[in-house]
Amino acid sequence: MSTEDVGDDLLETVDDEEEEEAMTAPEVLHKLEEAWLNEKFSPDLLPVKSNLVECMLDQIVAMENNISTLKKGDFRISVHRMEIDRIRYVISSYLRHRLAKIESLTTHVLQEEEKRRDSENVLMSPAELEFAKGYCNSVMTHLTNTALDHMPLKAATPNAKEIAVLPNLDSYVFLKVNENTENVLVEEETVDAREEIMDFEKGDQHIMRYKPIASLVESGGVSLI
Amino acid sequence: MLAEKALDLIRELKRTSGGTLPPFNEDKIRQVLEEVQTLFEQNRDTAKYAAEGQHDVLAAIQLRHAGIQRNKRCLLAYLYNRLENIRRMRWEFGSVLPADVKYNMCEHEVQWFNQYNRLLANYMRSIGESGGLDLTQDMKPPKSLYVLVRCLMDHGEFETQDGTVILLKKNSQHYLMRSECEHLIRQGVLEHIVQ
Repeated sequence: MSTEDVGDDLLETVDDEEEEEAMTAPEVLHKLEEAWLNEKFSPDLLPVKSNLVECMLDQIVAMENNISTLKKGDFRISVHRMEIDRIRYVISSYLRHRLAKIESLTTHVLQEEEKRRDSENVLMSPAELEFAKGYCNSVMTHLTNTALDHMPLKAATPNAKEIAVLPNLDSYVFLKVNENTENVLVEEETVDAREEIMDFEKGDQHIMRYKPIASLVESGGVSLI
Repeated sequence: MLAEKALDLIRELKRTSGGTLPPFNEDKIRQVLEEVQTLFEQNRDTAKYAAEGQHDVLAAIQLRHAGIQRNKRCLLAYLYNRLENIRRMRWEFGSVLPADVKYNMCEHEVQWFNQYNRLLANYMRSIGESGGLDLTQDMKPPKSLYVLVRCLMDHGEFETQDGTVILLKKNSQHYLMRSECEHLIRQGVLEHIVQ
């Protein structure tokens, strides 16, 4: 089943489930799905969308309460259960992808977070940050205890720069354009090629390197597919 | 040859097929560390001559230094990749690892595993307001609400969400809610029957 189908199904149920929020709940879900796909396909960690996650978790609780008021054997129960399962899958998969990235790119994401500390747009939720720090510490302690402590002092200092795993920002991604954007610098000028500038039109689909469009993914101008 | 032993460690990583953890190669690690120590001491001794103006020993110092660096890098790569392997198993088997895996881990790795467990549990508890979300559930996109499963071993009684108690006996087949029996499938108690 394609994501599109799942999305449509979800929209319908959430729609008749929460009438007073009929305008917002499907939108939130749509946003969350977009965030999920972006996170899934981008090589780097994207800013966290914790409000979307929390909103949908509340929705699940509300839907579960609604179900419990229905009579046993009502056929609507299984339909709603299925929708809950699907939403929960999207949420957990989203958070899992984030965790996997935090684990593999620990040092890198911690540095990035440091840079963004003062801005509104934080990279990780407080819980994720705590996890990242704890994970970083535990790995370093392990490496120190097993190997570095037994080396002569000069060789033993771990070099953060050497150890850090960096995301491959040059990997290619599929993307769909959501907003018209003009003059996107796709390729920097090099010795033997001139710079390449493109105009994105809404609905276009491209395959290109992640790095030039990273900021557009963050702002929502394009989404990864 | 320099750093040969460290390379062996990397080869061992490469040979390891997914889903298994080879024994912690303490012997080899000790040998690599000894080599680092020897190289370091040799370098320290030769450095005296270099300081006195004998420039022909510089090349030897540099070679040994590269050897130390390479040994260190291979060693850290070996340890780090093992951790990653253990981490994958945490997601597969849950917070309690099978005995044979545990047997192959060294003491520090067990400690790390416990730490990781705690971190992950704390994180999962903090999601949402109502007591968290188990991320190790819902690993695959849901296709249907109920799945047909067959018991591979006697597991005793199992209470479903709506309160019915069923007996999971070896070779019996049940029609259960996917979300309820997913972890049992992963533990190998149940087998998902695909028609």
